[in-house]
Amino acid sequence: MQAAPGMDGEAVEKMRRRMKRGMAVVVLAALAVLLCLPVAMLLFGSVTGDYEMWERLLPMTPAGNGYVRWRWIPEFPDFSRYANLLFATPQFFVLFWNSVKITGLILAGQLLAAVPAAWAFARYDFWMKKALFAVYVILMLLPFQVTMLSQYLVLDRFGFLDTHWAVVLPAVFSTFPVFLLYRSFLTIPESLLEAARMDGAGEGYLFWRIGLPLAEGGIWSAVVLNFLECWNLIEQPLAFLKEQSLWPLSLYLPQIGLERAGFAMTASVVTLVPALLVFGFGKEYLEQGISAAGTKG
Amino acid sequence: MRKKNLTAYVFLLPSLCGVLLFYLLPFADVVRRSFLTAVTKEFCGFDNYRAVFHNEAFLLASKNTARFCLFCLPILLGLGLFVAVLLDGYCRGKTFLSAYLLPMAIPSATVVLVWKMVFARQGILNACLGDFAALLGKNCVFEIDYMDTGAAFWVLVASYIWKNLGYTVTLWLAGLLSVPAEQKEAARVDGAGSRQVFWRVVFPQLLPNLYTITVLSFLNAFKVFREAYLVAGSYPHESMYMLQHLFNNWFVNLSLDKMAAAAVVTGGVMITGILLLQRLWEKE
Repeated sequence: MQAAPGMDGEAVEKMRRRMKRGMAVVVLAALAVLLCLPVAMLLFGSVTGDYEMWERLLPMTPAGNGYVRWRWIPEFPDFSRYANLLFATPQFFVLFWNSVKITGLILAGQLLAAVPAAWAFARYDFWMKKALFAVYVILMLLPFQVTMLSQYLVLDRFGFLDTHWAVVLPAVFSTFPVFLLYRSFLTIPESLLEAARMDGAGEGYLFWRIGLPLAEGGIWSAVVLNFLECWNLIEQPLAFLKEQSLWPLSLYLPQIGLERAGFAMTASVVTLVPALLVFGFGKEYLEQGISAAGTKG
Repeated sequence: MRKKNLTAYVFLLPSLCGVLLFYLLPFADVVRRSFLTAVTKEFCGFDNYRAVFHNEAFLLASKNTARFCLFCLPILLGLGLFVAVLLDGYCRGKTFLSAYLLPMAIPSATVVLVWKMVFARQGILNACLGDFAALLGKNCVFEIDYMDTGAAFWVLVASYIWKNLGYTVTLWLAGLLSVPAEQKEAARVDGAGSRQVFWRVVFPQLLPNLYTITVLSFLNAFKVFREAYLVAGSYPHESMYMLQHLFNNWFVNLSLDKMAAAAVVTGGVMITGILLLQRLWEKE
């Protein structure tokens, strides 16, 4: 950059830094807008009248020509679909409750199994600890497809196929929450536990009264991360639930045809709301949870 | 010591039982089955493995999955680091980070329709490209069919990046924040420019994070199947036919013998990869 006459080097330097900062902010903001665009489209689309939406999407049908043109503000806004969906569509409610039930059971089960296990890995030395932990980490990293057949075999043997347990039980014993919670239990100083032991506290007391309260943040992180994961389950219900009335919302939505695009968008938004609420309230925990998994322990 | 062992196992027990029952024992069974014929359950040596390795769908799917990881991981990690550095250097606030993380919270099923609208041949992306060309004074008609040509692969990469960028940025940021400010300051006092400070002081300290970030991003790469399956179905364009599609289709067609062998092969490759990476990383 050329120095303007009458400006000293320091002022030029300052201006350059300002411009750089401005450019960085613009780039970051543009990226943020781009990433949030699909959600905005959903929200606006969900209140666009059925006919208007259909007209808009006409070019996508085999007979159509021209291009789909997106307009943010609908000419004929229509909020009645929300009322319809929430109060007059019992089938939708069945699926919504399926999602709630599956997610709730998985999260509860994960807490019961994973929290004590993480405590054991973080605070005790025991026979085979290193090998077992390695197995847990590997299981956490294997994609569903690799363990799909083995899960199927076991679920089939116990007769869990085509019940919600087929989706819930394997997810309960997913090792990812163990890993996350392990990280947060590790941060508790050993001296604290030793001191409590000196005072005669039992191991159960240490876990219940010191471990759990101090790792509360980590526990919430695991809950938030896993909620988002469970609310979005596709592969497992697709493989293990043939009966459509057992399906969670995440499988049902894509089946709504293009001619009911407006309805599909409304249903999508209703599905989205719980996830957005958890995201909104749990953002901090989400960030903590992600960074906890990433930093070297 | 023995008492401690016992306490630890009491805590571990519920989880360990579940893991054994739902993951380890059945996987052992899958390994056993991979050496048996599907129907008669007779021992057939490596026949299933041979069948898998001569299966064109398997070869195509492995190639695509490898190609996908080869492209999307460097793009995601690089872009994530770039954004994290900008955020760390210029925006102390967390506003943007939340916006980047938002796609993570969006269930795949809810954006299927948006994806279809954007990437259809008569879709919004082509319309925007046309408008942009017109703005530059050129009259082009864009009729790229994103879902039914090789472009499908790039749609997949884009949707992976859309979903995971915030995750990666958060991971990089955690690494960046752990670099002591005094070190950067000291380098600056010694006359290093901001670029030098980054490459000489900050970046070497981020390398340990690289392992976990790579592994976690790789793990999430497999979940891109959700968008791919929901938008394009069981048999998408062959450029985005991945191992996940193949496993799903074999499962639907009950080709359990091939599935067993393929699960062992894929699992074996991945475990080897993870262990190798870990070895490398512990040497650092």
